[in-house]
Amino acid sequence: MPKDVTDVICPFCGTLCDDVVVTVSDDNKTILSVKNACAIGAEKFNHQRLPGRVKRPRMRQPDGTYKEVSYDEAIDWTAKMLVKSRKTLMYGWASTSCQAMSIGHEIAEKVGGIVDNCATVCHGSSLIAIEDVGVPSCTLGEVKNRADRVIFWGCNPAHAHPRHMSRYSIFPRGFFTVKGHKGRKIYCVDCRYTDTAKCADTFIQVQQGFDYELLDAFRTAARGEALPDTVGGVPKEKIYEVVEELKGGRFGIIFFGMGLTHTMGRNHNIDEAICLTRDMNDFTKFVIMAMRGHWNVTGSGQVLGWQYGFPYAVDLSRRDQARHQTGETTSVDLLNRNEVEACFYIATDPGAHFPINAMISSSKKPTVTIDPHINCTTEISDVHIPVAMVGVEVGGCAYRMDNVPIETRKVVEPPEGMLTDEEVLTKINNRVDELLAKGGA
Amino acid sequence: MSEYIIKNGHVFDPVQGIKGDKKDIAVKDGKIVEKVSSSAKVIDAKDKTVMAGALEVHAHVAGPKVNAGRWYRPEDKHFDSHKKPGITRIEGGKSIPTVFKTGYEYARMGFTFAMEAAMPPLYARHVHEEIHDTPIIDEAALPVLGNNWFIMEYLKNNEVENTAAYISWLMRQTKGYGVKVVNPGGTEAWAWGLNCLTIHDPVPYFDITPAEIMTGLMTANEYLGLPHSMHVHQNDLGNPGNYKTTIETLQLAEGVKPKNTFGREQVMHSTHLQFHSYKGTNWGDFESAAKEVMDYVNKQKNITIDTGNVTLDETTTMTADGPFEHHLHGLNHLKWFNVDVELETAAGVVPYIYDPNISVCAKQWCIGLEIALMAKDPMRCFITTDHPNAGPFTRYPRVYSWLMSKKVRDERLNTFKNADKVIGATYLANIDREITLYELAQMTRAGPAKCLGLMKDYGGLKAGMNADIAIYDINPDKFPSDGPAIEKAFGNAAYLFKDGRICVEGGKVVDMGQKKTFWVDAKVPENKQVMHDVREKFLRYYSVNENNYPVPESYAPHQHIITVDATKA
Amino acid sequence: METVTLTVKQVPDLYLECENVNPDAFAGKTAEQIAKMGAYQGKEISTLGEFFTIAGNAGATAADTKIVINGDCTKMKYIGAKMTAGEVVVNSACDMYTGSWMKGGKLTVNGDVHSFCALAMAGGEFTINGNAGNYLGAAYRGDWRGMSGGVLRVKGNAGSDVASFMTGGTMIIDGDVDIHLGTHMEGGKIILKGNANRRVGGQLVKGEIYVFGKINVMMPGYKPSGEVDLEVDGTKATFIDYTGDLGERHPKRKGATVYGHLFMKK
Repeated sequence: MPKDVTDVICPFCGTLCDDVVVTVSDDNKTILSVKNACAIGAEKFNHQRLPGRVKRPRMRQPDGTYKEVSYDEAIDWTAKMLVKSRKTLMYGWASTSCQAMSIGHEIAEKVGGIVDNCATVCHGSSLIAIEDVGVPSCTLGEVKNRADRVIFWGCNPAHAHPRHMSRYSIFPRGFFTVKGHKGRKIYCVDCRYTDTAKCADTFIQVQQGFDYELLDAFRTAARGEALPDTVGGVPKEKIYEVVEELKGGRFGIIFFGMGLTHTMGRNHNIDEAICLTRDMNDFTKFVIMAMRGHWNVTGSGQVLGWQYGFPYAVDLSRRDQARHQTGETTSVDLLNRNEVEACFYIATDPGAHFPINAMISSSKKPTVTIDPHINCTTEISDVHIPVAMVGVEVGGCAYRMDNVPIETRKVVEPPEGMLTDEEVLTKINNRVDELLAKGGA
Repeated sequence: MSEYIIKNGHVFDPVQGIKGDKKDIAVKDGKIVEKVSSSAKVIDAKDKTVMAGALEVHAHVAGPKVNAGRWYRPEDKHFDSHKKPGITRIEGGKSIPTVFKTGYEYARMGFTFAMEAAMPPLYARHVHEEIHDTPIIDEAALPVLGNNWFIMEYLKNNEVENTAAYISWLMRQTKGYGVKVVNPGGTEAWAWGLNCLTIHDPVPYFDITPAEIMTGLMTANEYLGLPHSMHVHQNDLGNPGNYKTTIETLQLAEGVKPKNTFGREQVMHSTHLQFHSYKGTNWGDFESAAKEVMDYVNKQKNITIDTGNVTLDETTTMTADGPFEHHLHGLNHLKWFNVDVELETAAGVVPYIYDPNISVCAKQWCIGLEIALMAKDPMRCFITTDHPNAGPFTRYPRVYSWLMSKKVRDERLNTFKNADKVIGATYLANIDREITLYELAQMTRAGPAKCLGLMKDYGGLKAGMNADIAIYDINPDKFPSDGPAIEKAFGNAAYLFKDGRICVEGGKVVDMGQKKTFWVDAKVPENKQVMHDVREKFLRYYSVNENNYPVPESYAPHQHIITVDATKA
Repeated sequence: METVTLTVKQVPDLYLECENVNPDAFAGKTAEQIAKMGAYQGKEISTLGEFFTIAGNAGATAADTKIVINGDCTKMKYIGAKMTAGEVVVNSACDMYTGSWMKGGKLTVNGDVHSFCALAMAGGEFTINGNAGNYLGAAYRGDWRGMSGGVLRVKGNAGSDVASFMTGGTMIIDGDVDIHLGTHMEGGKIILKGNANRRVGGQLVKGEIYVFGKINVMMPGYKPSGEVDLEVDGTKATFIDYTGDLGERHPKRKGATVYGHLFMKK
């Protein structure tokens, strides 16, 4: 008899929807159907049963092909690479559990790794801004229960976080928001008319690269100071009008995404948006939240936070101290400047997301990738270690975009003999210990 | 397990009334015993001070706001992140140490237990993940309840049994230890940008006052018979003139009787009292109200307090008192972190520099010390820095030096930039009292253990109690006269035994011990109403499903569950 | 003053962390002792002697010590960082953190420097006879205390995020800068002889910025408040005085609001 697994946590984005129902076969091996998840989330579960999945580690041969090897062999190669390299980039972590990260950090501390997560090419700029000016924020339930002014600035949840609008931000009826959508005023600020903009009451089209100036203009207007006729293509009358509407709300929130984090000025755009939020608290209640993308990237920042005090780009290369400097200890900079000797990738696909020069640099270094799937990065790696899918074939803790942790659920068994991230990392850690006890690789 | 005999030390144990006499302490199987075999390892404690392991009654050491304070302050550890030789990991952070440094530093100072003072229930899993990663010391966490929608709705109708049933359910979900209240009502008001500055300000929408919330929670706490009492961070923290609200809040305990099987005698623990003992109307005429507040505390026997000593450092303030952090940011303009937590609470974080050249900071320093020095019963007054709010806990040895030596504290007092102004607004200059080693053992061991309901196992050296023992390089007959010597001795325990294992030797961490997570399982009669309300709130208002709310067992692999039975209450 | 001359004999494969190359660390040491001082390359600890030929002994104190470095230093970080006195001359380009957290003395780089140089500089004189990268004279991540004192001169151009969170001191840039000059500034003086791309003085609380060239786009929170004749670093000219950033908070002194000033040369 097929059976339903309920309260399943979706393994895709930072929204971490936890109401998914997965129907699995009687033998716990196959996913038959997925309910409540969005199209992307459902597809993520479906990956589990795709044919052609790699089930054993593979090692690159002199002729450039991959050959299947045992886990032990792959782990030994990896440990030796880590022990030998004077400085290793250990990047990824966003699709694995916090428990696995902890083991990874222990390894990094022993071998002199630089631990970085995909915030480095995503919301890292938001983290810099928060380091600089803090952030007034809230949990997503607060938005559902209280928000009557919702701004989407440079983000497009209709595509990137498909259930965000229905679960938290536009449509739900909450304790103080009994009218749901009708009781909220929705704003969208973007340089394009997106599908999210279609849901907004007010769309403000900002000239590309002028978010910082426009946010500064909002702040200037909020203080009742004079403005130029237009800022970033937006007439000043519109700016004053919107600012007054925001002040008139009871609870406002700004959600922002890549439109702020990866356009000109990056962290400064977020910084200014945070400062606007802060200013608005002189008039009403206002909060702001990053639309964190990659599943548990938030968790990586949290674990690095409590273990080393930095949210990403944590340089443990000297083994006796932890350091952090975006622009220096961040993956792309390390690769572009050839500052590392080996690459260790886990649970993320830099090959698909890093600038080409960085990946060219990476491809010339000894590289290990730990990932359930074949991806762009496995294609330039020396060793690919496949693992069970976290959140599908093994549980573990993940952090939502509002930093709320949820213990994710195992819904099916991994393919027979397949190890989990935690198991692989533990074995690497033990092998590193053995090598170090013997005095090196 | 190994046996030990600690010989020739000067023992200070309020549990047995031992005041520095030379006495041997025997250890076997993790406990203190009457005697051990001749094969026991001998630890020579000649010319040394022997006490039970210390207990931290109130510190912010694990959880979402603590971690926000860590990662959003890279500048707090850029030059302060080092690995010491040996088995320890990298230790980072001045005002908010990483979890590793937290465990090591407490152990080096002779602590074996720490209470995380504010756990937002929705984030309980995060709190426990950090506790799990904090080595050596035993820990527990207090869920914050003073702004919780269930609690306010039940107490509005005086439904004590429902309140108690909900608390029982919540503690089981969150692996919580007791009832914490932070700015009751004020933090819910903050969700609309407002606050409750007196205990009679009504909470917006919920139609209840902070006084009613506190009285109700105190009653529910005693109905359940929990090991710890209601633990309160009062309204109107940190404002000149707040001492009247403080005393009014303490008066809520009058006539309430403790009911428990743990030997606890208080019904309210009022935390970081320094921040609540201010006279004056603004920062210009700001002065100490320590005398007024402590006069009341001294005569009202069913309350306990902790100090919240300012250490005069650059630190990071953090509290579930959301509106206070916003207010503080308005004063110093440093980076403001805030998170409001659905249906439950909020938290804020702002860096702060307690500059000895600023007379307000110097006066706050005086007030914290006055509270400890004016306490007539050291079993009811505990030393804290409300870490990291008034300063990092790593400064305890310095705080002890100020409390134990008039010379040391007067040197500090008299060299403040505005010393005359500071002395004029405080009582400290006229206080001669020096806390003795015995009193210190009361204020940091036996007292907090009793207050937390842990006196059976913690806070003393009687046979049968946990073999948590701190040995300091202090000869009571030749107590050091200068501050740095006192600091060095208390900051680097000669030995720390944790459950009978030597975890620190010569100030160096040598064993990670096996830390335990404490939580309280309070049994109540089945309550259909509360379970219905829980289900409804999760369906309609929470952003996570009810089944994903509990803290899984694996987060506290070495849990120690204290069970109370209120089914016959 | 005694002079220690370092000549690069081996260029590091990775980047060499030269936090020991400054007058404070060298003071009181002989050439031989200096050669034994450590330098990290990743997790590998080497000695300065492996990378430099070292001639001459240091003076008894930092103030009595001059360091001259010849050869290729483009892969060397932290040269002159945290120095409090004495003199350092580098006849090469340098990498990151050159002269960062500098408190005193004189540091001259006859070449370009990379990013994060003069970070939180508190005193002394730092001259860059080349171009500078990003975050010149800025604050370390998360800190609200950037450059607070001393004089920093750049003969060439500088990158983005120059003088973020500056609270004091003087910075003179002869060339151009990219975006974000003096962001979050709360004191001090910036003299830019060339052009700025955009976002000059955004979120500025207090302080003065002088621009001799053009700014591509002015921040909306600045408004002109008159013209003034000034002598700025030897140049007499008429400047338009803009006050701002009007979107940012500003302190009050004796009841009057204190604004920042952006002076644009006419």
